[in-house]
Amino acid sequence: MRAFAARHPWWTAVIAIAAAVLLMLIFLVWPQWLVAGIGRKKVFLNALFNGITLGGLYFLVASGFTLIFGLMRNVNLAHGSLYLLGGYIGFFVAEWTGFWLLAFPAAFLVVALLGVVLQVVVFQRMEGQDLRQTLVTIGISIVAADLMLWAFGGDFYNIGTPSWLSGPMETFFVTGVKRSSGDLIFLKYPLVRIVIFAASVGIGVGMWLLLNRTRIGMLVRAGVDDSAMLSATGARINLVFVGVFAFGAGLAGVAGVVGGTFQSIAPGEDIRFLLASLIVVIVGGMGSIPGAALGALMIGLAEQFGSVYFPTYAVVLTFLIMVAVLAFRPQGLMGRA
Amino acid sequence: MAVFETRWQPARPAGGWREWVEKIPIGYWAVGIILLIMPAGASDFVLFQIFGWTFILGMIALSLMLLGGYGGMVSLAQMSVAGVAGYMVAILGDSAITDISQGWPWFVAIPLALVIAVLFATVTGWLAVRTEGIYTIMITLAIAAAFFYFCRQNYTVFNGFSGFNGVLPPKLFGVDWRGPKAFYYLTLFWAAVSYFAVVYLSRAPFGLALQGVRDNPRRMAALGYDVTAHRVAAYAFAAIPAGIGGILLTWQSAQISPGTVGIGPAIDVLVIAVIGGMRRPVGAFIGAFIYVLFKTFALDVLVALGLSGERFQLLIGLGFLLIVFFSPDGLLGLWDRWQTSLRRDPLTGGERGAP
Repeated sequence: MRAFAARHPWWTAVIAIAAAVLLMLIFLVWPQWLVAGIGRKKVFLNALFNGITLGGLYFLVASGFTLIFGLMRNVNLAHGSLYLLGGYIGFFVAEWTGFWLLAFPAAFLVVALLGVVLQVVVFQRMEGQDLRQTLVTIGISIVAADLMLWAFGGDFYNIGTPSWLSGPMETFFVTGVKRSSGDLIFLKYPLVRIVIFAASVGIGVGMWLLLNRTRIGMLVRAGVDDSAMLSATGARINLVFVGVFAFGAGLAGVAGVVGGTFQSIAPGEDIRFLLASLIVVIVGGMGSIPGAALGALMIGLAEQFGSVYFPTYAVVLTFLIMVAVLAFRPQGLMGRA
Repeated sequence: MAVFETRWQPARPAGGWREWVEKIPIGYWAVGIILLIMPAGASDFVLFQIFGWTFILGMIALSLMLLGGYGGMVSLAQMSVAGVAGYMVAILGDSAITDISQGWPWFVAIPLALVIAVLFATVTGWLAVRTEGIYTIMITLAIAAAFFYFCRQNYTVFNGFSGFNGVLPPKLFGVDWRGPKAFYYLTLFWAAVSYFAVVYLSRAPFGLALQGVRDNPRRMAALGYDVTAHRVAAYAFAAIPAGIGGILLTWQSAQISPGTVGIGPAIDVLVIAVIGGMRRPVGAFIGAFIYVLFKTFALDVLVALGLSGERFQLLIGLGFLLIVFFSPDGLLGLWDRWQTSLRRDPLTGGERGAP
């Protein structure tokens, strides 16, 4: 960080000022002229929080995608279908057993198993044929989308939140001052979103630790760099491949449950989340977990702030971020050239 | 040697056109004549719905074939390019949405629409060629999605969710070009022009250089070719058949809306190109014909089999999956393999007729 500051004094100053302004926007009570200019602070804080928590959801979907891509160079365009399937499984498990928490392992296991089948049946047969793999996964996603429409219909499914997580939570962020008494008003935010965001941060940190501090992680990273050399040293590379694919697919399934709790599960969500994870990994850099986190946060925030402050062009804002990244850093913000 | 022979060839003998007729394989003549005399016997539905639509989708898939087959860049944004042209005809020309449509005459609106489509494709290409292979698919998919959402949410120019209706072709030469026979010949004409333009391009220096770039970009760069410029130019050129297809598509249904340029149609174009085969331009039209037949008659077949007619997508998806799984070159690839197996000598395993 100090080296960066020494090399780019101007950029450091700009970043520091931006961070300071952001912190002031978050913690101070907004003066009247600011409210008049860009609206009430509550709206701003809600957009910020929604953006961050949506970023957490995007991270869950995109990290599996980027992990699979980084290790095996497989573009799994059926990733959105795995997400949607996870959501449906989560809904029915939660409905039948009555335990919301049970939905997560169930979705993870079923979707991970499906991932193993995909890896063995499709990807191992077509190793090294990128384009063909991509086309096959597009075909799978078309078929899967229609099968799921057949099985579950076109309705919206919403996974109910358990009672101990439902309801708003008082946070320590000030949104304004009461006119009558002068008391501070604090932001209320749905507890379940905060918990889920914390969990996705936990999963992200866990994944980072697993990749960078354990033997399995070492195998995976070596596979990313040179899989042929790794298999020559006697590591069972195919087992690693299957494992990573299962884990990435399972994460998509878990994300489906999260998405079903946050928002809802319906046909078409598969494409929406596939696109979101595509844009996230293009922005963040293919195959990089920290990149996926950064990209997910940026896209989530852009989407939420866009939908609050210029609703017509929210999607275009996301797209502009992608274009800017492609134009100036084609390998992605955290990608390796 | 070859250069000298062609250069010193004597002038054509008097009966030159006869030689020219014989040089073209009989299959071409048969298909050409059948297509030309088809309106004499076929019903209006077949002409307008099946063949008109086949030629239109074929043109859009042809633009993808040009990029994917000769350039090695599979772009999912070709439907968006077609959509830009269709939208521009509706916006600059006439439609039922009179407070947006400018009502300019067709000889201004149509060329301008094509120019805008080419510009859009050039920008798309300029973005997409920064990446290679599978990345291109992802980026063009993202562009197609962004265009779809933009059209759906922009009301001032693109009229949002409902789009434009009442977009009709100009009554040129006093002909109603939406009449089944006239529309059939209109689409056939433009499909043929696009087809021969792409065939010509594939043999012209630019097309050969493009195929060189596809096979080995580094070597082409070392030979002094500008790889990026060739790729972007391919996007720009491919926009022309796609744009014409988009305009005709708009005229055929007399409307254009975000649903026309959605992610589903974008993937359908890829499905069409892959089913037909991306090796030769004719694959795009074969794929389009099969797709249209499927889309038109799958309902009846499914109902006859006792299944619900809504499972059309499943049928298309399974067919696509089978083809990419077993024959990545599509039906043309199957045909080629069958041809070589016919020519193979069962005893020696070599090609028959080969020394």
